Amino acid sequence: MIQSMLKYQFLQNAVLAGVLASVVCGLIGVIIVEKKLVMMSGGIAHTSYGGVGLGYLLGFEPIVGAMIFSLGAAIGIGYIKRRGGTRSDVVISLFWSLGMALGILFIALMPGYPPDISSYLFGSILSVAKADLYLMIGATLIVTAAVITFFNDWKAYLFDEEFASILGIKTAFFEYFLMVLIAMTVVVLIRVVGIILVLALLTAPAAVAGMFTSDLIKRMLYSVLLGNVFCFAGLWISYRMNIASGAAIVVLSASSYVITYLARGKYMKAKAASLAGH
Amino acid sequence: MNNQNNANQKAVQIRNLSIFYGQKPALEEICLDVKDGDYLGIIGPNGGGKSTLLKAILGLAETAAGTVRIYGDEPGKNKAVMGYVPQFAVMDRQFPITLREVVLTGRLKQGISPFFTYTKKDKEIAVELLEKVGIADLADRQIAQLSGGEFQKMLIARALAVNPRLLLLDEPTASVDACSRDQIFELLSELNKNMTIILVTHDLFAISSQVRSLACLNVRLVYHGEPELNERIVHSLYGCPVDLIAHGVPHRVLKAHEGGRKA
Repeated sequence: MIQSMLKYQFLQNAVLAGVLASVVCGLIGVIIVEKKLVMMSGGIAHTSYGGVGLGYLLGFEPIVGAMIFSLGAAIGIGYIKRRGGTRSDVVISLFWSLGMALGILFIALMPGYPPDISSYLFGSILSVAKADLYLMIGATLIVTAAVITFFNDWKAYLFDEEFASILGIKTAFFEYFLMVLIAMTVVVLIRVVGIILVLALLTAPAAVAGMFTSDLIKRMLYSVLLGNVFCFAGLWISYRMNIASGAAIVVLSASSYVITYLARGKYMKAKAASLAGH
Repeated sequence: MNNQNNANQKAVQIRNLSIFYGQKPALEEICLDVKDGDYLGIIGPNGGGKSTLLKAILGLAETAAGTVRIYGDEPGKNKAVMGYVPQFAVMDRQFPITLREVVLTGRLKQGISPFFTYTKKDKEIAVELLEKVGIADLADRQIAQLSGGEFQKMLIARALAVNPRLLLLDEPTASVDACSRDQIFELLSELNKNMTIILVTHDLFAISSQVRSLACLNVRLVYHGEPELNERIVHSLYGCPVDLIAHGVPHRVLKAHEGGRKA
């Protein structure tokens, strides 16, 4: 695979896409798991399908459409949630379905033969193009810079929003900002694992990392590393066995989580038993 | 801030405050003054608006009518003036953060401050405060590993890190062991020497022996005055009925409070 990697542009693109996806997953995944925003991220991801459809219909890059729609969903859900008076899971599910419905509608309205949209739904890391990469690099840089620049504020905001607000930290700003970062993360991940499979790559590395450390920075770093492992092992499996890359990555992530979870349970039990023995 | 020298300065001045949750009133026409240096205990049934009143003072609750003034300013105008110890049941104890880091968040700057890092001074203050509340040896523990009492002390240290003039506490001795409870009350009386304190509590011991004044809240302010547990107060407790009793506090504690240190 290394030799082919040097030879083929598409494999180089795939590797870079995997690294970028792992970075945003590690940073934002940990945040959304801690802040319990996983379903909201799923809503934002699925809404972006409308943008993919619109891109095909009007003839611009579908990934740009996905970006616009997921940003719109992020701000829309954030606004309604903040205004209150309604349950956020209802709002999320409406955005979720509406985005998918719009995508189907736009593609149906397209003249001629319908495009192959499965690479957006289920990901196709081997077909990441230059345009996708530029957008992914941009989004990853913004997400990383945002997390690093405001790290201490994020930590206070995530741990106790109310107290942060009493301190005079602009929690409304951080809330919307986080929504925007989630939207960007989703866009980075769409090409790698697809809209439908995004949640696994967002949560599995963060959750596995969470079992090993209770330090926020370490958790993010471990998550980034794990994301890389999942992406490249998945990519290798998909390359070798000629199966869909997104599915391979997700199956690998989910099974790693289950194995770690079970192994940890065993370990804790053994530890407790040995402590009780003394 | 030449107000600061004014001995008659009101720490909190509330006029005709009403707050609604939807159609349901949480607080109705509250008028309450808290003197600078006071130690006010607030009791009342659950749902009686105790926490809401604290949130109104903090500027977190949307008020339907009336005004709240904190040292003459609107709440939220001068953030550094208030320290807040929230109800501990609502906190996420699994969050990956250590005790030291939690206390340090009290040193964060207002507004949006990119690349903010804690100064050496901030870190010293955090350690000092942890010593003050008696949990400095646990500074690098993850918060899930703390007992109820330790967690509560950490929240008090975090509130003090703001260096407040007014300290608000929401049931700081709920789910805390008897020993920590005594330590917390001891600390609060010590702090009261140079700080105004408002304490929401179900703890009648605190009311009988700790606070300087008492407010009894059941949507309306039923009573505000001396914290004497006499017939008058017992009567006014019936005015904000049943919860104190429902919490398993028999009537006789009200009278035999001197010896009865039972929570």
